[in-house]
Formats: sequence, C-alpha cells, structure tokens
Amino acid sequence: MSNKIIPWKNGIKDGIPIALGYFAVSFTFGIVAKKAGLTPFQAVFMSAFNLTSAGQFGALALIGTSATYLEMALTQLIINLRYCLMSCSLSQKFEAGAGWPHRFMVAFGVTDEIFGVSVCKEGKLNPFYNYGLMSVSIAGWMLGTFCGVVSGEILPARIISALSVALYGMFIAVIVPPAKGNKLLTGIIISSMLLSLLFAQLPILSQISQGFKIIILTVAIAGIAALLFPVKEAAHEG
Amino acid sequence: MRGNIYLYILVMAGVTYLIRLIPLIFMRKEIRNVYLKSFLYYVPYVTLAVMTFPAILSATANLWSALAGFGTALILAYRGGSLFKVSIMACLSVFIVELMV
Repeated sequence: MSNKIIPWKNGIKDGIPIALGYFAVSFTFGIVAKKAGLTPFQAVFMSAFNLTSAGQFGALALIGTSATYLEMALTQLIINLRYCLMSCSLSQKFEAGAGWPHRFMVAFGVTDEIFGVSVCKEGKLNPFYNYGLMSVSIAGWMLGTFCGVVSGEILPARIISALSVALYGMFIAVIVPPAKGNKLLTGIIISSMLLSLLFAQLPILSQISQGFKIIILTVAIAGIAALLFPVKEAAHEG
Repeated sequence: MRGNIYLYILVMAGVTYLIRLIPLIFMRKEIRNVYLKSFLYYVPYVTLAVMTFPAILSATANLWSALAGFGTALILAYRGGSLFKVSIMACLSVFIVELMV
C-alpha cells in the first residue's frame, strides 16, 4: 500500500502550486467561456476533459466563429502537439511495473506543468505520484472554470479586463525564460509575433480564421526553423 | 453558434487525449529523427508567440493597459518569474493603469 499512498500524497503536495496557478488561469477561461455562450456545465465539462489552457481558449475562439469540426481537430492537434514529445519522454521514465492501465490514466494528465514537475523527479516515476498531481491540479482547473463562469458577471468590468491578460502573461512566462540569452529562440519568437501581426493586418490574410492562422504560422515557422537550425539536444520546455 | 457544443468538446478531447496517449503506448524509445525533434521543440514557442501577439493588445479595455500588462509580463518573465507571478502581476498592472487612465 505504501508504494501507492506515499507517492500519491507527495504528488498532492507538489500539485498545490500547480492548482493555484490553474485556478487563476481557468477563472479567466470561465469568463471567456461565458462570453462565448457556454453554460457553466459545458465550460466545466470542457475543462474536465481537456486540461489544455491554450487548446481550450483556442476552442472558444473557434466555437465563436462556427468553425468546422475538422478545423477544431486540426487546431487542437497543432496547439497540443508538444504533449506528444512530453509523453515520449514520460514513457521512458516509468517504473518497469507500470502497466497499460497506468499509461492510459497518466496520459490524461500530461500538461506542461504536470509533465514539468513529474519528469524532473529523481529516479523512476511511480504513476501514483502523477495521480496525486492530477487530483489537485484538475480540481483547481475545474473549480476555477466554475467560479469564472458563475462570478464573471458579478465581478466589476475592471477586474475582468485585468484578468483577460492572465493567459497571455502565462504564455509569456513560458516562452521568455528559455529565450533569455538564446538569440535563436528570441529571433523565432519575435518573427512569430511579427508574422502574426502581419496576418492580422493584411487584407486577404486577415480573413483567415484564428485556428488556421495558428496552424499555418506554426507549421511554416517551426518547420523552417527545424530545417535551418536542427536541435541536437532533446529539450522539454513547453 | 451553429455546431453542437458537446460534439466540439468531444472532438477536442479526443484529439488531445490521443496526442498524449499514443507516445506513451507505442513509443518506448527516444525520437531519433533530428528534424522531427527540432520541429516539436520549436512548436510551443511559435504557437504561444502567435497566440499572444497581437491578440494581447486588444484583450483589455484600452491599448495603454494592454501595453502595461504586456510590458510587465515581458520584464518579469525575463527575470525568471513563475507562471503564477507573471500572470498575476500582468493582471495587476492592467488594473492599475485602467484606474488611472
């Protein structure tokens, strides 16, 4: 029992900071979800089964523009492709005894933060540690979504306006530190932002939906960067 | 909203789960293909940068508060602030600027 309960408890402890961060972000998600016309149940349902901040915000934008299901699938594939690399590396960190059912369950909770915490753990990975991380962080993610949807209206407009940058702040916190002192990554990030601005401004390009804009720019820029500047070492920043 | 909301959610949940699951089930060895590895390495930076800018400029009540939030996030992130800290401080700077403007 102790090789299940103890890792699970450790996971809960390490998951608390993740849950707090998730609450702040998913609260904003709840507000935006309400604006997009989702009911509290639909928003919490989406949060419970997806656990992907960028993917869920992207989905709201797509739902708002009555996108096709294909656009939705492709956008999620592109936005969440990084989880593929994370799962690859997690699969090699597992304890030998961790069978198929564990892989199916751990897969559900592969997020930037859960991956980051669990893959940095010393030694082999006990799936119950991941379950601990998931227990609290998924709860925080769902609770934040619920509070955002139901209290978005009660909160003053100033607070809503301020919270609207939370996700962008988080994105910046994810991409800037690895780019510090790295001219290549800095160049890629600045090029991406400038091309994104160009797509938003130019007459014909601005007609392209947000979902496909992300797909086109990501495949093009990351594809060219990978050709010109292949990475030697495996990196796990997400 | 023309599509069915639950169908949208199931499509996205299915795709996202498969992305997370497939490598855990099938890929026991490290990716050796340098091009694929490099592509996957660059994806989050490009995607997040594209989604952040210029969208952040129109996320708040006015351009000035948006610029304040953007600037605060850049500076704090550059100094290595945590996701939570950067996110909250960006919100706070938007709030303060909107109180003044």
